[in-house]
Amino acid sequence: MAAPFDLSDDTVIVVIGTGAGGGVLSNELAQRGVSVVALEAGGRYLPEDYVNDEWESFGQLAWLDPRTTSGDWRVARDFSGLPAWIVKAVGGTTTHWAGASIRFQDHEWKAATTYGPVQGANLLDWPIGAEEMAPWYDLAEKKLGVTRTNDIPGLPGCNNYKVFEAGAKALGYKEVHTGRMAINSQDYDGRLACQQTGFCFQGCKWGAKWSAAYTDIPRGEATGNLEVRERAHVARILHDDAGKVTGVEYFDADGNLQMQKARAVCVAGNSFESPRLLLNSASSMFPDGLANSSGQVGRNYMRHMTGSVYGVFDKPVKMWRGTTMAGIIQDEARHDPSRGFVGGYELETLALGLPFMAAFLDPGSWGREFTTALDSYENMAGMWIVGEDMPQETNRVTLNHEVQDQYGLPVANVHFSDHPNDIAMRNHAYRQGIAVYEAVGATRTFPTPPYPSTHNLGTNRMSENPRDGVVNKWGQTHDIANLFVSDGSQFTTGAAENPTLTIVALAIRQADHIAGELSRGNL
Amino acid sequence: MIETRPRKGLTRRALLSRSMAAGASLVVGAGFVAGSDAAWALETQALRPETMATLIQMARDIYPHDHLADEYYAIAVKGYDTAEAAEGIEAGIAGLNAAAQGKGHADYLGISWERDRVDILRSMEDSAFFQQIRGGLVTGLYNQKAVWPLFGYEGESFSQGGYIDRGFDDINWL
Ligand SMILES: Cc1cc2nc3c(=O)[nH]c(=O)nc-3n(C[C@H](O)[C@H](O)[C@H](O)COP(=O)(O)OP(=O)(O)OC[C@H]3O[C@@H](n4cnc5c(N)ncnc54)[C@H](O)[C@@H]3O)c2cc1C
Ligand code: SF4
Repeated sequence: MAAPFDLSDDTVIVVIGTGAGGGVLSNELAQRGVSVVALEAGGRYLPEDYVNDEWESFGQLAWLDPRTTSGDWRVARDFSGLPAWIVKAVGGTTTHWAGASIRFQDHEWKAATTYGPVQGANLLDWPIGAEEMAPWYDLAEKKLGVTRTNDIPGLPGCNNYKVFEAGAKALGYKEVHTGRMAINSQDYDGRLACQQTGFCFQGCKWGAKWSAAYTDIPRGEATGNLEVRERAHVARILHDDAGKVTGVEYFDADGNLQMQKARAVCVAGNSFESPRLLLNSASSMFPDGLANSSGQVGRNYMRHMTGSVYGVFDKPVKMWRGTTMAGIIQDEARHDPSRGFVGGYELETLALGLPFMAAFLDPGSWGREFTTALDSYENMAGMWIVGEDMPQETNRVTLNHEVQDQYGLPVANVHFSDHPNDIAMRNHAYRQGIAVYEAVGATRTFPTPPYPSTHNLGTNRMSENPRDGVVNKWGQTHDIANLFVSDGSQFTTGAAENPTLTIVALAIRQADHIAGELSRGNL
Repeated sequence: MIETRPRKGLTRRALLSRSMAAGASLVVGAGFVAGSDAAWALETQALRPETMATLIQMARDIYPHDHLADEYYAIAVKGYDTAEAAEGIEAGIAGLNAAAQGKGHADYLGISWERDRVDILRSMEDSAFFQQIRGGLVTGLYNQKAVWPLFGYEGESFSQGGYIDRGFDDINWL
């Protein structure tokens, strides 16, 4: 049957969420002839709808449904209702993302083995490794048109990058370049080259940056095998007496409850909503939530060890001109415990506009110490730190029954506290970032605290042994054969790299597996 | 609508003749606050004009930028001049004045040194009132498109074709 599909059609695969995981999975299944209904809580916005204005764009695209926070992270104090900065729209957070697309280092698939025991950390090796993932990374890089792969040239360096590069070289760093970016340095795949507009976080109006919203989603729809229902918020996953998933209940655009039957369900709502949905689907058969016999649903929440460093110079930089994330230093990404921590981190340039800089440079601070920093906005350069953080069982997403969303469903509470390894790594990164800018004459530097999380990982993690995690190496839940997890919540550990290339590679691989299982009659 | 531009027909002399100095650069008259250079005036609806003048000074003391005229601070806080918000704001400003009086000043606006005003703000920075005003200013002040150029920020760039031909890599001092 071709799209649109009937609510009672129980042959379709239902995908929940259409971001990096769900959007790619939906298209890849559709390309393989599988019928898919993708349910997306957000609306549909395309390049002509995006706005070059930080707060207006935030209001247009960000996930603003209520959430609550706890733990000793500063986000819980400064942005208590906004633990994450992610998107609610067709295409998910790939509308907002900066495009940095780097592979895990080989050893990062085996963090427990490589790092050895780390007190308080719930480290585990992934049940898959570098060799197995290599061909899927190849496909992901081709799909995204990643620069510096497949003979695609790197992007040109903008002002913010030039400052960063000069400082890095002065410090003796070797692996410094304009990044592997899912941003076109030349026309690619029917999309324009980057025009250096500088609003990558607000949705690329040129379509130069890859986003599922205007690539995978329309291509999947063009096959006739994919129906995307926007403004469809899934409330609950249903199952039968045999413990198999049978469909989902969702609120449609008019707020009416609908039921879509399914042959299998793939959850890809990002790392807060995916576990929330499994927990909210608790039943008498599964009182702790679906796929939660291990008790690991919602646990091991990771957000990457992050932070930023801004430097002020005596002359203009104008960092807002050009790609938001315009270059990388990779020398610190290695695992080298002599630095006082396990794992590594990347330094990547970052630019914020004046409105976001005021909100995020040092949330809550005021007075001349703060305002003289903004007075030098034109002379500022910026970088972001992204490193591996330790999975901890107590960092977790739970249901907060005291607070309900617009549908009366308990919201996600996000509890997070840094591990001592995270703190040691952040302090090292602050020192190195500051040194980079001081090497080119910074007169003042700012070790800026982490923003609301943009990378959200680990809350339905992959494990060899069903006791240790929620899904197996295919993203299939250990407990329920026709229930899959398809987003960043599958991550066993976070590695130092930005996660999306890996989410996309896993989604392509999962689509191939599900299509294979369907044709073998196993699903 | 609240005007932040000089009211029609109100000359500088006429305005100044109908008002009293309130702080360094503000004047207060019946139903309005204005810049002492009469470049702008704000008619108040629900708040007392003295309260509005104090609020504007407080906003500047929280986020002082010497190159920003008071007008931008006035725009940033004028949203509190509503029937719903007025009671809380009047109470908050009364508290601020009481703190100033406790230190021997006539009121908050009567304190000449920024340092002394900031001491008072520091002592109340955990209060809900202070946090309301400070939090509101983060967008109220810095998200005004008119202030962006005063910090060098260029804002929207798509309509001009981005910066590919307009200096994305024009840094010349490295
Ligand atoms: C500002 C910013 C910059 C970033 N830059 C980079 C970068 O440079 N490199 C990188 O690798 N990563 C980057 N990221 C992270 C990247 O965007 C995410 O890792 C990625 O999009 C996550 O994919 P996902 O499929 O897990 O979730 P998402 O892409 O967030 O998609 C989840 C979707 O599910 C929908 N949904 C949730 N719950 C429900 C429900 N109950 N019913 C229906 N739909 C639902 C949501 O509305 C959303 O559309 C960035 C993120 C941000 C915010
Ligand atoms: S800088 Fe390039 S990638 Fe970013 S929004 Fe502009 S054109 Fe798109």
